[in-house]
Amino acid sequence: MTEPPVLSVRDLIVEFPTRRGTLRALDRISFNIRKGEVLGMVGESGAGKSLTGAAIIGLLEPPGRIAGGEVHLRGDRIDSLSPEAMRKVRGRRIGMVFQDPLTSLNPLYTVAQQLVETIRTHDDVTEAAARARAIALLDRVGIPAAARRIDDYPHHFSGGMRQRVVIALALCAEPELVIADEPTTALDVSVQAQIIDLIKEICAERGASVLLITHDMGVIAETADRVAVLYAGRLAELGPVRDVITAAEHPYTQGLMGSIPTLTLESTRLVQIPGAMPRLNEIPTGCAFNPRCQQVFARCRTERPSPIERPGGRQVACWLLSETTAEEAHGGTALEGRGPLPAL
Amino acid sequence: MDRLARIWDSDVAWSFRHSPIAIVAAVVALGTIFAAVFAPWLAPYNPFDPASLNLMNGFTPPGTPNAVTGQAFVLGTDHQGRDILSTILYGARISLFVGFAAVIFAMVLGIALGLLAGWRGGWVDSLLMRIADVQLSFPSILIALLIFGVARGFIPAGMREQVAIWVLIVSIGLSDWVQYARVVRGATMVEKGREYVQAARVIGVHPVRIVLRHILPNVIGPVLVIATIGLALAIIAEATLSFLGVGVPPTQPSLGTLIRIGQQFLFSGEWWILVFPSVALLALALSVNLLGDWLRDALNPRLR
Amino acid sequence: MEEPLLKVEGLCRRFDISRPWLNRVLEGGERQFLTAVADVDIAINRGETFALVGESGSGKSTIARMIVGLLAPTSGQIIFDGTRLDGTDGSKMRALRKRFQMIFQDPFASLNPRWRVGDIIAEPIHRFGLLKGVAVSHRVGELLDTVGLSAGDADKFPHEFSGGQRQRIAIARALSSKPQFIVCDEPTSALDVSVQAQILNLMRDLQDEMGLTYLFISHDLSVVRHMATRIGVLYLGRLVETAESKTLFRSPDHPYTRMLLDAVPDLELSGRRRQQVDGEIPNPIDPPPGCAFHPRCPRVMDRCRIEVPKPVPTASGAAACFAVESVPSPALGGLAKVRS
Repeated sequence: MTEPPVLSVRDLIVEFPTRRGTLRALDRISFNIRKGEVLGMVGESGAGKSLTGAAIIGLLEPPGRIAGGEVHLRGDRIDSLSPEAMRKVRGRRIGMVFQDPLTSLNPLYTVAQQLVETIRTHDDVTEAAARARAIALLDRVGIPAAARRIDDYPHHFSGGMRQRVVIALALCAEPELVIADEPTTALDVSVQAQIIDLIKEICAERGASVLLITHDMGVIAETADRVAVLYAGRLAELGPVRDVITAAEHPYTQGLMGSIPTLTLESTRLVQIPGAMPRLNEIPTGCAFNPRCQQVFARCRTERPSPIERPGGRQVACWLLSETTAEEAHGGTALEGRGPLPAL
Repeated sequence: MDRLARIWDSDVAWSFRHSPIAIVAAVVALGTIFAAVFAPWLAPYNPFDPASLNLMNGFTPPGTPNAVTGQAFVLGTDHQGRDILSTILYGARISLFVGFAAVIFAMVLGIALGLLAGWRGGWVDSLLMRIADVQLSFPSILIALLIFGVARGFIPAGMREQVAIWVLIVSIGLSDWVQYARVVRGATMVEKGREYVQAARVIGVHPVRIVLRHILPNVIGPVLVIATIGLALAIIAEATLSFLGVGVPPTQPSLGTLIRIGQQFLFSGEWWILVFPSVALLALALSVNLLGDWLRDALNPRLR
Repeated sequence: MEEPLLKVEGLCRRFDISRPWLNRVLEGGERQFLTAVADVDIAINRGETFALVGESGSGKSTIARMIVGLLAPTSGQIIFDGTRLDGTDGSKMRALRKRFQMIFQDPFASLNPRWRVGDIIAEPIHRFGLLKGVAVSHRVGELLDTVGLSAGDADKFPHEFSGGQRQRIAIARALSSKPQFIVCDEPTSALDVSVQAQILNLMRDLQDEMGLTYLFISHDLSVVRHMATRIGVLYLGRLVETAESKTLFRSPDHPYTRMLLDAVPDLELSGRRRQQVDGEIPNPIDPPPGCAFHPRCPRVMDRCRIEVPKPVPTASGAAACFAVESVPSPALGGLAKVRS
């Protein structure tokens, strides 16, 4: 592994200064995305998943600001770029798909104009060549009669078709990374399935890595290679999707998985986590999850756990695992007390 | 105590404490209102008491002593020897009374019609809003002038003096209800579709009760902002009408009347008769307007 | 067999979506209607949870709003415990209204932000004159306790609560008139999953304790699977299939139900190769002729393009599909088969 990861986020901190003090919305988030990988990011509303995406692409809404940490895109640091330079990175190297397709499409221009312009800022090609490429791309994302529909305006398309156009727009500059923030939340189930499949296929085809942000664990299960679980602005658990879903190690993730009703399991009662995620101004000291945790002990209330490296390339921020590891290893490779481990 | 502390800590109070303009405006506006309300006790003279007037004091420049008592006229006197400071205090009293009353009248009318239009929808809504459109296409001062003129035609000559001030209030109020009605109508239509209103409808709560108890408290916020700015506009409207000579009777001069009287003497050198009432009107209208602007921003989370 | 608690027969609702009269006169154009609900028959038994599922434009919320009286049906009738709801007025209607309630989707919109929680919960009590004076606040405290909040919360305002707590308050309000029947319109779709689990569990507990009957509206099949005893599947305003929950998920009859089940992203990591889902929901203003699902249907026949299929009985319910009619027990494997 000599190649640097496509995206590397290191101890990212995002803060919102308010008159009642500074709120820390993201607290030392670290993760990597490898080439061609789909990293899912889940969490409840307010956990900071969308904020992570916004911070990476430099679109934090003021007064929010990056207060610490680094973001590297294939080795280039991008968190401290000027707004102008960042705009270029967004256009060429990072593609974006948002929940509402209309935020990515300009209603005053035809789809052709928007696609051709983006292609030509990226590649020095003639208008005709760019148009041909745009049509091919629209065809690829599943727009029927692409050559004719390319001259339509965004409002001529249905919700699902619009999201396909957005995906084409996000991919037309051949970005290294696509950030998809709740790309299917506004869509109906039957259309959602089509869009998920499309994102997965087309990114694999083009070797683009994906950061898939969603609240829907089912979407992650079907799409992502690895998943990061956020809780109250902190990383609770990160690991391969299968492991996290079938054998979660963080008590929060365990509770979260149990609380999801499924089509196959017929249980009379769902697992429920008592209480609710704290607001940003009420995050308890120690582990943010400790007041709701069934297995809480003294240390959780005073010290904040850092992500601990686990077998199989997983990371779990929980003191329970730290102690068991330490005991098993007879103190030899005790992980506690060491700083945050490098993300994979 | 706890409640006071919570109010002090609220976002609006915080925004107020951190806005120097709002503080200055509030001081000026409240100071003027206080001085106007307590004019009979604060003013050195009663300008409406003929016994205290002496033509020998006519056109006294500011700071000159009274020819009879030797007490200084701080802001000078007018052609009849009335103390300008006192006339301003009494004038502001009338201006403010007309302003407040007109705004309350416009507000009540506007809220009622706005709630009706927003809740009922359909032709009631269309009718009211088309009337509003027509009225909006004329300057409101013309509307007020028209209503004032028509109303005077119906009132017997003997009663005109007495009711002039009420006619003025109704005229200004009727010229100004539209903006309240529009805002309330829009907000009502939004609230009407909300689920808490549907929850009340499911159990069959009477529509009048739904409108008054559920919807009204939720649409009143923006109205108060408009009302504050509306107060400044109403004071100016009153001054304009009085300046044109159709407002309050000369026996009860408002700030507008004083300015009309004063401008006759501007070019003969007695500048103070015009300037001081004008400054008072400007300070009052500006401070109330600035307060309204601040309130609008403070209540709008987007601008914070 | 016992008389169902709620019966809906031939329910239809059309919306006039024409442009204003003046514009039509000046610019031409016909009057336009949108048929949101067409010929829907439902019977809900006492103590059961009947779920209506469907995607956007399926008419599920319109049906819910007609049942609780927020919207008048264009035709058809709603019969609650033997009494027709249309044409019933005054005190009789008031007595009926007391017996059904509704829980809404958005707990941030369903509670009046200017009212204290206690007043919100007490509104139905006052409205139906159930209790007076101190007894009201006592009852409010009890209700708050029932839904997992504390009696002291009655003095607070809704904005002091989280989404899940607000939905608990909404449930307490719905329970305050001691109803038998509650229409739940997407009660958890605005909530996070861990909070959703709390609310779903609470609703089940309340049903067991009080013998409530639910009409549960949802677009989320996993939630429906968890809650419902029987399910009705809607597509463009028509009921395409009704079945018992277990049967529906094991062997769906209607091709649309099958497609929906295939489309749900699931935690099951079997890597199941789902049948490709095609097409999108047609515009409800101008639905396809015949069976509205025919342009997307893998089992389409000529007849489907012309005639609207009538419901035919199936193992545990009914399905409106000509393909099901001709081959009663479909050879295609259900979800369970694909999975195993």
